[in-house]
Amino acid sequence: MRPFTYASASTVEEALAGAGADSAYLAGGTTLVDLMKLEVMSPAAVLNIDTLPLRDIRHDHTGLHVGALARMSDVAAHRLVTARYPVISQALLHSASPQLRNMASIGGNVLQRTRCGYFRDPATACNKRTPGSGCAAITGYNRAHAVLGTSESCVATHPSDLAVALVALDASVLLRDRAGERAVRLADFYLLPGDTPHLENRLRPGELLAGVTVPPLSWARRSTYVKVRDRRPYEFALTSVAAAVDLRGDTIADVRLAAGGVGTKPWRLPAVEDALRSRPLRADTVKAAVTHAADDATPLSHNGFKPELLRRTIVRALLTLAGRP
Amino acid sequence: MEDSTESEVSRRGFLARSAAVSAAVTVAGGAVPAGATTPVAAPPGAGPVEVTLRVNGGTHRLRVDPRATLLDTLRERLELTGTKKGCDRGQCGACTVHVDGRRVLSCLTLAASVPNRPVTTIEGLADGDRPHPMQQAFVDCDALQCGFCTPGQVMSAVAVVREGHTGSDEEIREFMSGNLCRCAAYPTIVAAVKQGGGR
Ligand SMILES: Cc1cc2nc3c(=O)[nH]c(=O)nc-3n(C[C@H](O)[C@H](O)[C@H](O)COP(=O)(O)OP(=O)(O)OC[C@H]3O[C@@H](n4cnc5c(N)ncnc54)[C@H](O)[C@@H]3O)c2cc1C
Ligand code: SF4
Ligand code: FES
Ligand code: FES
Repeated sequence: MRPFTYASASTVEEALAGAGADSAYLAGGTTLVDLMKLEVMSPAAVLNIDTLPLRDIRHDHTGLHVGALARMSDVAAHRLVTARYPVISQALLHSASPQLRNMASIGGNVLQRTRCGYFRDPATACNKRTPGSGCAAITGYNRAHAVLGTSESCVATHPSDLAVALVALDASVLLRDRAGERAVRLADFYLLPGDTPHLENRLRPGELLAGVTVPPLSWARRSTYVKVRDRRPYEFALTSVAAAVDLRGDTIADVRLAAGGVGTKPWRLPAVEDALRSRPLRADTVKAAVTHAADDATPLSHNGFKPELLRRTIVRALLTLAGRP
Repeated sequence: MEDSTESEVSRRGFLARSAAVSAAVTVAGGAVPAGATTPVAAPPGAGPVEVTLRVNGGTHRLRVDPRATLLDTLRERLELTGTKKGCDRGQCGACTVHVDGRRVLSCLTLAASVPNRPVTTIEGLADGDRPHPMQQAFVDCDALQCGFCTPGQVMSAVAVVREGHTGSDEEIREFMSGNLCRCAAYPTIVAAVKQGGGR
């Protein structure tokens, strides 16, 4: 680990005043400390924001509000979340391990870095870690990599499960700097790699992610998160799907779908949503609707199974919701 | 018992002293120590920071490098070597301790980031000579082979009971999944969690 200066902020103002060009905020540390050990991230200054008063979880007429420093475990277990947005709770409970969920914050979760093995290994070429050095994954081992939104420069997935649920629910992140606060839809917050894969999102240097807002969606009570992985607990997704349906009788009045493990960012599936509206929620109609779910996919040498696995994961998620009250 | 404790302590002490001596010799000889990386200019002000750690009821005022993890600080500075370093990357659970009564990974926690917060390690579970019921359950159920993962397993198991996740074997397995066991003692670990949790 490279040396850094360490300080702790007790107010948001103090945090914003203390942040500099080469500083990193420390929340739960489960990404930052890991990547500092690997010397993939080497900030000159670490500013601990863990004790900032940004941990509340509340619901009002504008939706669900979660402070950036609320813990994954606390959000997953909160009754507002389990009752109104089960997909968020399930995405969190399918993430990492109980110890990590006790440490990791919601803000840190949406800002976590890719798990691409080459990104984590400074001895290899990686445009995301070292711009212009190349991409070892494209010609290397890429079974877990993305098939949607990829470029010649980078094919890494965004690993957050929570972000997939949040994109399905049209959530926004609240970003604060010395000038004020702005809200950005999470779907627009993440950037496609293009030829600048080191730029992952719209967070400005020194800007603080203050919280997440999920707009009201009464029918999100009927929602779920299905995650397919190599071992059942404690593993990142090969594919995952966040789904919510507004069911009238057996007809799909409205639906939200987003996928993880397949895209360079959490992947909303508007074409499949369109194909499902006004159709009955039945195996045959769902299977027909997902046929074109991955038409834009460009599989790599080791992940040709992902488009079909994605289609099947969507079907599984939707049929899981069919039987629910 | 007295004797074996005594010899353990002096063995560790001996190893530490001889490491210090050989390091001194190497430096005196002008050789570059093995494994040294290119020196990096530290940013101004990157020196040690003061932190007060509250571990197993005791208070320790320390000057630590900001890079020091809670795991290394427990083991190297406070000589609490019950907490194990498996992966040092947040992947195995061997370093599990409780901070504020919740289980966390000490290998991804900076020591400087937990000032004055109560920390419990495996050494803090027993009541004097009486093992914690979960420790006893691990012994009774033979829930270990080499024992390297065991302190982390026990710390997680105590937390699983406190969190109320012992409803079924499946639930126990799910909520113990952050603790890997290279010897695969999993079936007896599940049995121990049940016994230790009074189920
Ligand atoms: C072994 C392992 C398995 C995992 N499995 C999964 C999984 O299955 N699914 C999943 O989704 N995740 C998984 N994770 C990732 C984990 O969820 C993230 O590491 C965690 O959510 C990051 O949160 P944190 O609070 O620890 O962030 P930190 O490490 O503290 O911060 C992460 C980054 O965000 C910045 N940052 C943090 N908070 C803010 C803020 N409020 N404003 C501005 N910048 C900020 C930091 O500077 C840093 O760059 C796993 C991690 C590990 C180690
Ligand atoms: S896929 Fe992206 S993160 Fe992985 S090596 Fe290539 S450039 Fe780096
Ligand atoms: S040593 Fe901390 S999780 Fe492996
Ligand atoms: S008992 Fe050997 S690693 Fe678990």
